[in-house]
Amino acid sequence: MNPLLASGDPLFAHGVTGVVLLIVLIKVLVGFGAIMGAVTIMIWFERKAISDMQSRIGPQRWGPFGLFQTLADGLKLIGKEDLVPSEADRFVFKLAPYLVVVPALITFALVPLGGTIHVAGHAVMLQVANPPMGILLMLAMSGISVYGVMLAGWSSGSKYPLLSSVRASAQMISYEAALGMTIVTIILATGSLSTHNIVTSQGGGVWHWNLIRLGVVPFVVFLISITAELNRPPFDVVEAESELVGGFHTEYSSIRFGLFYLAEFMNTITMSAIIVTLFLGGPAGWIPPVAHFKWIFPIIWFVLKTSGFAFAYVWFRGALPRFRYDQLMDLGWKRLIPLSLGWMLIVAGFLIAPGWGFLMASAVFLSWTLLTRAFTLGQSREVGSEAVLPVVGERPIPGRIIRKLTDGES
Amino acid sequence: MIAGAYALASVLVFVTAALLILVGAIGVIALKNPVHSALSLIMTLFGVAIAFVAQSADFLAAVQIIVYAGAIVVLFLFVIMFLGVDRKEHVHVEPLVGQRAFAAVGSAITVGGLVVLMARSHWVTGAMSVSTKGATLATGQANVKQLGTAVFTTYLFAFEATAALLVIAVVGAVVLARRERSVDDEEVEVDA
Repeated sequence: MNPLLASGDPLFAHGVTGVVLLIVLIKVLVGFGAIMGAVTIMIWFERKAISDMQSRIGPQRWGPFGLFQTLADGLKLIGKEDLVPSEADRFVFKLAPYLVVVPALITFALVPLGGTIHVAGHAVMLQVANPPMGILLMLAMSGISVYGVMLAGWSSGSKYPLLSSVRASAQMISYEAALGMTIVTIILATGSLSTHNIVTSQGGGVWHWNLIRLGVVPFVVFLISITAELNRPPFDVVEAESELVGGFHTEYSSIRFGLFYLAEFMNTITMSAIIVTLFLGGPAGWIPPVAHFKWIFPIIWFVLKTSGFAFAYVWFRGALPRFRYDQLMDLGWKRLIPLSLGWMLIVAGFLIAPGWGFLMASAVFLSWTLLTRAFTLGQSREVGSEAVLPVVGERPIPGRIIRKLTDGES
Repeated sequence: MIAGAYALASVLVFVTAALLILVGAIGVIALKNPVHSALSLIMTLFGVAIAFVAQSADFLAAVQIIVYAGAIVVLFLFVIMFLGVDRKEHVHVEPLVGQRAFAAVGSAITVGGLVVLMARSHWVTGAMSVSTKGATLATGQANVKQLGTAVFTTYLFAFEATAALLVIAVVGAVVLARRERSVDDEEVEVDA
C-alpha cells in the first residue's frame, strides 16, 4: 500500500508523480511567501496601531502610510555589524536564531488557509501539509522554539540574557501543560488530530465552532496560554526592558537580531491562525452564491478572523501592564492548569452521556473547592527559618568536603 | 519502480535516524560542556522521533518531541543554567568511594539485560519488531486509538502503577526540597 495515502492528503491518492511534486513545491513557496508578506504587514500594523493608542504618529516616511518601514528596517539590520560577544558560546550563539524561526515556519505549514481546490485533476488542500499527528506538531514546535530563546540567552555569556532564558524555560513549561489540556479537549470533540479534520468538523455554522461547542472556557485558557507561550505582552517577562535590558536578545545585532524579531511577529500571526483553526472554524464562513471563484471566500474569512486576533495581540500590548513573574507562575499553575484539566473532564463526560457530564461537573466542583481551600491554607502558612523542618538522616559525605572537592582545586 | 523508490527512501530515512541517534548519544557523553550535551540529547530524541515516524507511530513521534525535547530536556537545561554548572567538571573527584566500579557493573548488567530481552523476549510489544510481523500500526487517529486501547485494557495495571509512582516521586521531591531549605548553613557550622 502507498504509505503516503495514510497521511490523509488526497493529493497523494494516485501516487507521487512529477505534477504532484510540483504542486507541493508551489504550495510550500506560496505558504512561505504568504507568511513573509503577512509578517511585513504585521510589523507595520503593530507599530502603527500602538502609536495610535499612544497618541503618536508612528512610521510614516517609507512608502504610503509608512508601509515600507519594515523593508527599510530589514535592509538596515542586514547592513549592521554582526557582533559575537567574546564570552559567547559561538556555535550555540549562531544556532539559536534559527531554532526560533524554523518552528514558527513549520507551525504555519499546518494551518488550513482555505478549502480544497482542484488543479489538473488533483485535489489540492489549501494548506502546506496535513500530517496525521496534526495539531500535536504545533505543540512539539512550540516546545522546540523554547530552545531558541533559552540558548540565545545562555550562549550570550551575559547576566541579563541568562536571567531571561531561565525565565523563558520556566514560563514555557508552565503554560504548555494548560495548552496541551485544551488541545486534548478539542481532540476529544473532533475525534481527530489533523488540522484539516478539526476545521471540517466545525463547518456546520457558528454553533459548531469549538469556541461555542466546548463552552468558552477552553478558548479563554488557550488564548491566555498561547499568549504566554509567545512571550507577548502582558506575559513578556522574558524580555522585560525595565528589568532585563532586552532580555535574551540583548547581545544580538544585525541579521541575527532581525531573525528573532521576524520570528516574534511570525509567531504572533501563526498563533492567531492556530486559534482561528482550533476555535473559530478556520476558513469556515458564509459563501455568497456566485458561479466562479467560490474557493476565494474561505480564504477571505480566514484572513479576516486571523487579522482580528492579530489586532487583539496588539491591543493587549497597548492596554495591559506586564505581569510580575510570581503572578505569571500563579496564573499558570494554580488557575489555568486545574481549570483546563477540570473542563476537559467535564467535556469528556458530556461526550459519553449527559449523566456522566453532570457527575464530572460535580466532581470537578468538589475538587475546585478543595483546591481553593488548599491554596488559601498555603498562602496563610508561616514561612521562615522556624517553619523549615529539621533535616532527616545524614548525607554520605559532609557538604563541606563535597564543596572542597568540587569547587576549588586547593 | 515506485516500490523501489519507497524502499530506497525508507533506507535513507533509517540511516538518517540512526546517524542522528548515534552521533547525538555519543555527543551526550563525549562533549565537555553540559549544555552541549543536552543539545546532543535533543538530537538523539529527534532521531528516535524520525524512527517512530518511519514505523508509522506518528503519535509516539509527536509525544516524544513534546514530552522529552519540549519539557524534560528544557528542565535539564533549566537546572544547568540555574545552578551554574556550565563549566568543566572535575572528573577525578569520586564523592562516593568506588563509584566507577559500581557504574561499570551497573551498565554491564543493564546492557546485558537489554540484549537478552531484545534477543529472546516478546512480552513488551508482543513482537520482536513491528516490521517483521508485516502488520504496521495504523496511522493518525487509529494510532491513538490503538495506543489508548492497549494502555487502558491490557496494560492498565502498569499504567496506573506508573501514574502512582510519578505522583509519589513528585510529592517526595517537594517534601525533600522543603526540608533542605536553609539547612546548608547549619550543616557547615556542625561540620566545622
